Amino acid sequence: MSYDKFTTLTSPAVPLPIENVDTDQIIPARFLKAVERKGFGDNLFRDWRYDKSNQPIADFPLNQAKYSGQILVGGKNFGSGSSREHAAWAVYDYGFRVVVSSFFADIFQGNALNNGILPVVVSPEFLEKIFAAIENDPNTPFEVDLQNQKFTIQATGESADFTINPYKKHCLTHGLDDIDYLISIKDEIEAFEKK
Amino acid sequence: MEAKTLFDKIWDAHVVKEVEGGPSVLYIDQHLIHEVTSPVAFLGLEKRGLKVLRPEKTIATPDHNVPTINQHLSIKDELSRNQVEMLKKNCATHGIVYHGLGSEGHGVVHIIGPEMGITQPGMTIVCGDSHTSTHGAFGAIAFGIGTSEVEMVFASQCIMQPKPKKMLISVNGKLNKGVTAKDIALYVIAQISTSGGTGHFVEFAGSAIESLSMEGRMTLCNMSIECGARGGMIAPDQTTFDYVKGRQFAPKGEAWDKALAYWKTLKSDADAVFDTVYEYDAANIEPMITFGTNPGMGIGISKNIPNSDKLTGSDKLTYEKSLKYMGYNQGDKMVGKKIDYVFVGSCTNGRIEDFRSFASFVKGKKKAANVTAWIVPGSRAVEKQIIAEGLVEILEAAGFELRQPGCSACLAMNDDKIPEGKYSVSTSNRNFEGRQGPGARTLLASPLTAAAAAVTGRITDPREFL
Repeated sequence: MSYDKFTTLTSPAVPLPIENVDTDQIIPARFLKAVERKGFGDNLFRDWRYDKSNQPIADFPLNQAKYSGQILVGGKNFGSGSSREHAAWAVYDYGFRVVVSSFFADIFQGNALNNGILPVVVSPEFLEKIFAAIENDPNTPFEVDLQNQKFTIQATGESADFTINPYKKHCLTHGLDDIDYLISIKDEIEAFEKK
Repeated sequence: MEAKTLFDKIWDAHVVKEVEGGPSVLYIDQHLIHEVTSPVAFLGLEKRGLKVLRPEKTIATPDHNVPTINQHLSIKDELSRNQVEMLKKNCATHGIVYHGLGSEGHGVVHIIGPEMGITQPGMTIVCGDSHTSTHGAFGAIAFGIGTSEVEMVFASQCIMQPKPKKMLISVNGKLNKGVTAKDIALYVIAQISTSGGTGHFVEFAGSAIESLSMEGRMTLCNMSIECGARGGMIAPDQTTFDYVKGRQFAPKGEAWDKALAYWKTLKSDADAVFDTVYEYDAANIEPMITFGTNPGMGIGISKNIPNSDKLTGSDKLTYEKSLKYMGYNQGDKMVGKKIDYVFVGSCTNGRIEDFRSFASFVKGKKKAANVTAWIVPGSRAVEKQIIAEGLVEILEAAGFELRQPGCSACLAMNDDKIPEGKYSVSTSNRNFEGRQGPGARTLLASPLTAAAAAVTGRITDPREFL
């Protein structure tokens, strides 16, 4: 899946201080009926964002004008549940490039990386600091530096290092995907099959 | 030689190559596909001008979207129909065997693989569905993947995966009366939480696990994803071999003997090391039910809903938000709470044993008037077996109607939606907010506990009747 290269990003963030945000909340199953990858951002967090009559629910962070930016900050165990890549597509399509949490579910983390979204894992304490910084000033900028694997709260200068698989870092930095690589080693795969 | 776990043995035998500083290229023996997570992968493949590399190692069935009544008619929902037709068309283009609606092989993808003998010990199996973990019951490495990875398997029969850590969960002792594999699963998840298994692949072992039938083992491995693990597995034994033998795609003759000799080596070495180990006593497990909005929020059915005193910060807020959604209070007793719907089915509990269990309980009893029940077989083969064993008469005499196979109310992508605010005792795998329909409230339980609720109209300890 093609996506824009990622190097550094400076942006305010949208807070979602809820734990175990599952994929059914990120994109409810009834929106999985498309056969193309488009328009998923409109239904990101659909049932938390809109009421039954499709009116925005005022206190949900995505509906609050004071919050903006390309960084989503979630509570621990973000993305638990299903393997639906639609969850990552919805997050990306809405405009987020970074999701920060103290903990990600495995499949969501993999899907995010395969779609140009950088999952940043920080300590629970640092996560609280990020939430506090946003509460203090919703426009406060954060810097995400993929090259140096550093997430910085610019207002205080506090930063946290994050880890990423070197191969995945390379892919994200260059906008590459795994399929190109796998196709390039077809001979080796066929040799393996003969063993 | 270095001691290996069951997981290591299968994983190592499937690594095509290691990428420097990166994941392993893992060869996939069997790819299962369905209508929801495959269309974008097919589209991607076509954009690259590629065909599916190994169509013979792929099978397809539409399950998530399909109606569970009147399957001979055209699907009413236009988007669902389009997705199902797209799968059929893509399979025809790429030469993939397609088990369409109404055909003998149709069913939930994780039910039909084992039934046909496609799922075998020692394999690597993937599907764009997290409950692919089901197949681990056979001593296979089976896990859910995203659509990008579905495209990788189409293009190369491989995916790129970092090797997960290894976890051992042992359950020893004799299971109590009324306790099933589903209760073991909900008990374990309640102990380690929905994130306790993250980053790990689980091996289940111990005498209580060995005592389970293949159906029970599939239920347990199916739910392993709900503790956050990539998957779960159980070493194959005589129970496994007896189940596989004679099935359509099982090896035959000399090939069987050769396969069996290999399968018998598939167990963790005595001194193999696991990164994380949990041990439980079967005696402590009672029939379980969930009270909240994730599968880790489960308790023994005789217990009261825990209070949040010990929680702080966002833990406490999340817990209280969950109870508010469910319309429950801390300290409430679960037994006696009124329910509205019962759903028996899904890749978790949609196999023949589950319907035997449900039918044996409701035999000679009547469905409560306030309950709507959806009894949905996991496959055509299960449906036929239910009829052949005379279970359908038992169900009908008790006021239950058997529907047709599909994922149904597990994720409510078809018309089987639980209405807003209603309580559903469900044998499925997730009780997330809105999972069974917007505003629906799900209580996860075993088919036996679901049966007790169906006949009383309330949450009921099935042991009262046993």
